[in-house]
Amino acid sequence: MPDPNALPTANSLPLRERMKIARMAMPELDAEVRAHCFQEVNLGLNSADATREAARCLACAKPGCVDHCPVGVKVREVVELVCAGDFLGAAAKMREDNALPAITGRVCPQETQCEGGCVVGRKGKPVAIGNLERFIADYERASSKMGLPAVAPATGKSVAIVGSGPAGLSAAGDLKQKGHRVRVFEALHELGGVLVYGIPEFRLPKSIVRQEVDNLRRMGVEFETNVVVGKSVTLDELMRVEGYDAVFVATGAGLPQFLGIPGEHLNGVYSANEFLTRVNLMRAYKADEYDEPIYDCRGRHVIVVGGGNTAMDAVRTARRLGARTATLIYRRSAAEMPARAEEVKHAREEGIVFRMLTDPAEFLGDENGWLTGARCMRMELGEADASGRRRPVPVRGSEHVLPASVAIVGVGTHANPLIQSSTPDLKTNARNYIVADAETMRTSKRGVFAGGDIVTGAATVILAMGAGRKAAKGIDSYLKSGAWE
Amino acid sequence: MYRIMEARDVGYRIRQYTIEAPRIARKQRPGQFVIVRLREQGERIPLTIKSADPAAGTVTLAVQAVGKTTSLLSCLEAGDAILDMVGPLGHPSEIRKYGTAAIIAGSVGTAMALPTARALKDAGNRVIFIEGARSKQMVVFEDEVRAASDEAYILTDDGSYGERGLVTKKLNDLLGAGGRLDYVLAVGPVPMMRAVAQITAPLGIKTMVSLNAIMVDGTGMCGGCRVLLGRESKFACVDGPEFDAALVNFDVLMHRNAMYRNQECQSLRHFEEHKAEEVAKLRAELAAREQEVAWLRAELAGFDIEEEKHYVGPASI
Repeated sequence: MPDPNALPTANSLPLRERMKIARMAMPELDAEVRAHCFQEVNLGLNSADATREAARCLACAKPGCVDHCPVGVKVREVVELVCAGDFLGAAAKMREDNALPAITGRVCPQETQCEGGCVVGRKGKPVAIGNLERFIADYERASSKMGLPAVAPATGKSVAIVGSGPAGLSAAGDLKQKGHRVRVFEALHELGGVLVYGIPEFRLPKSIVRQEVDNLRRMGVEFETNVVVGKSVTLDELMRVEGYDAVFVATGAGLPQFLGIPGEHLNGVYSANEFLTRVNLMRAYKADEYDEPIYDCRGRHVIVVGGGNTAMDAVRTARRLGARTATLIYRRSAAEMPARAEEVKHAREEGIVFRMLTDPAEFLGDENGWLTGARCMRMELGEADASGRRRPVPVRGSEHVLPASVAIVGVGTHANPLIQSSTPDLKTNARNYIVADAETMRTSKRGVFAGGDIVTGAATVILAMGAGRKAAKGIDSYLKSGAWE
Repeated sequence: MYRIMEARDVGYRIRQYTIEAPRIARKQRPGQFVIVRLREQGERIPLTIKSADPAAGTVTLAVQAVGKTTSLLSCLEAGDAILDMVGPLGHPSEIRKYGTAAIIAGSVGTAMALPTARALKDAGNRVIFIEGARSKQMVVFEDEVRAASDEAYILTDDGSYGERGLVTKKLNDLLGAGGRLDYVLAVGPVPMMRAVAQITAPLGIKTMVSLNAIMVDGTGMCGGCRVLLGRESKFACVDGPEFDAALVNFDVLMHRNAMYRNQECQSLRHFEEHKAEEVAKLRAELAAREQEVAWLRAELAGFDIEEEKHYVGPASI
C-alpha cells in the first residue's frame, strides 16, 4: 500500500499511477557477446527511462531505502531530484553521503540494502535505486560539470592513509575537504585497491576508478604508490619520522583462504585473488599486449569454488577467457549464496554452470603437477550452524570427479598481518583483524584509526566507504581537539 | 619512477644496477627482495637486493637475464628508470651467532646471499662461502664473496675457473674432512638447493633455502607464491622467502615455477626478435611518464598546497 503520509513532491503523478509504472529494465550487453569480452555488462539507463523510473518512488515519509543504506544516502531526495530532471542536483545530493556513486551504483548489493527497504518492492519490484544512482553519477561525469567539493583552508595537520581502496579513498576526500593534508599510500602500482585488482572490468570499468582518483588528486590529495606499510615504512615511522598527525589503516581483507585439501599446490589451482589480480590489475586478458601470464583457459574446463561475489567474478572471468565450461561449485544451496542477485542472473545468462551442494575433497593432478580435476562430494543441508545457515553435510557414497584444468578457490580471506606484526601496540582480535571503535574508528594506538575489511573482515565496498567516512569524522575531531581519551 | 644511477655487466647475462629508492634503501635487511615492473604492460617480478646504501638512498640489484622482463631490464643503462619498484619484501634472514655458517650460492644467487653472509660474519660467525657457477663467465662478485667470508670456494661445473664440480661436492668434502657446520644457507637453482638440503638436513644442521617462487603482489594478497612445507602451505612473499630446507617440498616448487614456461619462452622469443623496438618503446614510455608527472606536479602547484614538510619519495604522485 502507498504510504498515506507521503510528502508532496515534484512528482505530480497520483500514487496509484506511480504503482502502475513497470520497473525500467537495465539495458545489457547481449549475453552471447559479453561472454567473450570484458566490456561492461550493464549499459546504463537513459535520461527518459531514469526520470520515469524515479517517478515510481512513493516518497515515503519514513523512507525504508534510507534506513537500509549503510551510509544513509538521502535516497528519497535524490530520487525526487531525478524525477524533476535535475540530474546534477541529484548527483550533488548523493555525494553528500556517498563520495563514489559511480562505483557503488555498480557494485552495491542493492537488493539487500536500499532496494530491500523500498515499499514499492513489497508488492512489485522495488524502485531501481542502484540503477538511478549509477545514472546520475555517469550523467554528471559525462557532463564534465562534476563540481569538486570545496576544500577548507589548510589546518596544518596531516593524515596518512594506508590503502587506496574504497575506505581509503572516501576518507581521503572527506579529510581533504576539512583542510587537512592527506597522503594515500598504496602497496600496488595502481590506485584503487580491490576496485582495480578485484572487481572485473565488465562490472566496474577501471576508467571510472581512475576518474574518482583524479578528482581526489585535483582536490589536492597526494598519492604514493609502491609503499607497503609495515615493510617499506612502519606506522610509527609515519607518525614519528614523517610527521603525520594521524594514520588511517584501510588495508583491506588480505590473505586468501584455501580449502586445505590435497592437491591445492597443483598447477592450475588459483586463489580467486590471484586469478582476478592477474586478469584485472595486470590485464592478463589482453595476452598479446600485456606480459603477466595466466593459464590459457581457452577450450578448458574451469571450476570455481565459492558462492560470494569474488567467486562469481572469477567464474564469469574464466568464461570470458574462453573456458569450454565455467562451473561454480558451492557447498550450500543457491538460496544461501552471498553473491549479489544481479551477478547470479548475469552469470546464468552467460552460460555459467551452477553445481550447488557440491564440495571438493581433493584436487587431482598428473605426474607433472598439473591439475586434471576435482574429486567432489554431494552435500545436503543439516542443522543450522553458528551463522544461522544450515550446515552442509557430505552425502555418503556421493563421490564423483569433475574434470578441470583450472580450479579457482574463492572462499574468503584472512587478515593480512603486515601492519599488525610491525605495530605491536595495535590491538587485534582473535582472528587478527584490527580492533577499532565502531563510531570513531579509533584503534588502541593513539593517532591510529582503522576501518573497512581490515576491521570487519571481508565485506562490501559501501561498508568500507562508510567506515572511511566515519574515520574521517573521527580523525577530524581528534585533530581539532587533540584529545584521545 | 626509480632512477638507475649505475648499470654494469658483472657476468654472462648478469647485470648489476644501482637504483635510487630511498624508502627501500632505508629499510632493507639481508635476505629481503623487491618486486619491479618495467612498463605499463609489464609483469611484476621479484628480484634480489644485493646491497643498500641508506645514506645515498640507493639499492643495488643483480639480475640475470633469463626471461622477457629481465632481458628488457638488461638493456637499460644509467639514467634510465624503473617504472615501479616496491619493497623491501619478505622476512629478513635470521642473523644470530650460530658458530660456523656455510653460505652456498649458485651464480646470481650470490647477490642474495652476500648481505646475509656479511651480517653473519659481523655477528661473530665463521663464514664459509661456496659459490658455484656453470662456467667462468658466470662466476660473480668473487672479491665481495672473499671479503664477506672467512673461507671462500669457487667452483665451476666445467672447471673453467676455480675448482671443477658442483657446490655439493665441496660441501661433502668439508663435512667429510670433519668440518662442523651449524648453519647453512643455500640460494640458487632449485635442484642445487634440494641437493644441499639432502646432505645437511639429515645431519641435523639448520639449513635455510631462499625460495624464488612466482609472485604477483608480494604482500600475501594473491597466494600465488605458496610453497608446501611438510603438510603446511606458506606464502613465500610474506612468510619467506627463506624457509627451513628440511620441510620444503622441492618437487612442488619446481612444478609451480614451470607453470608459465610456454608463455615465458614465447614471450622471450618475441622480445629477442623485436629487441631494439621494445627497448625504444620502453624509453619512450618512461619519458612520457616523466613528462606526465612533471605536468601533474605543475598542476598541483597551482592548487596552493602548503609547503612540503614530509619526505617525498621518487614515486610520489
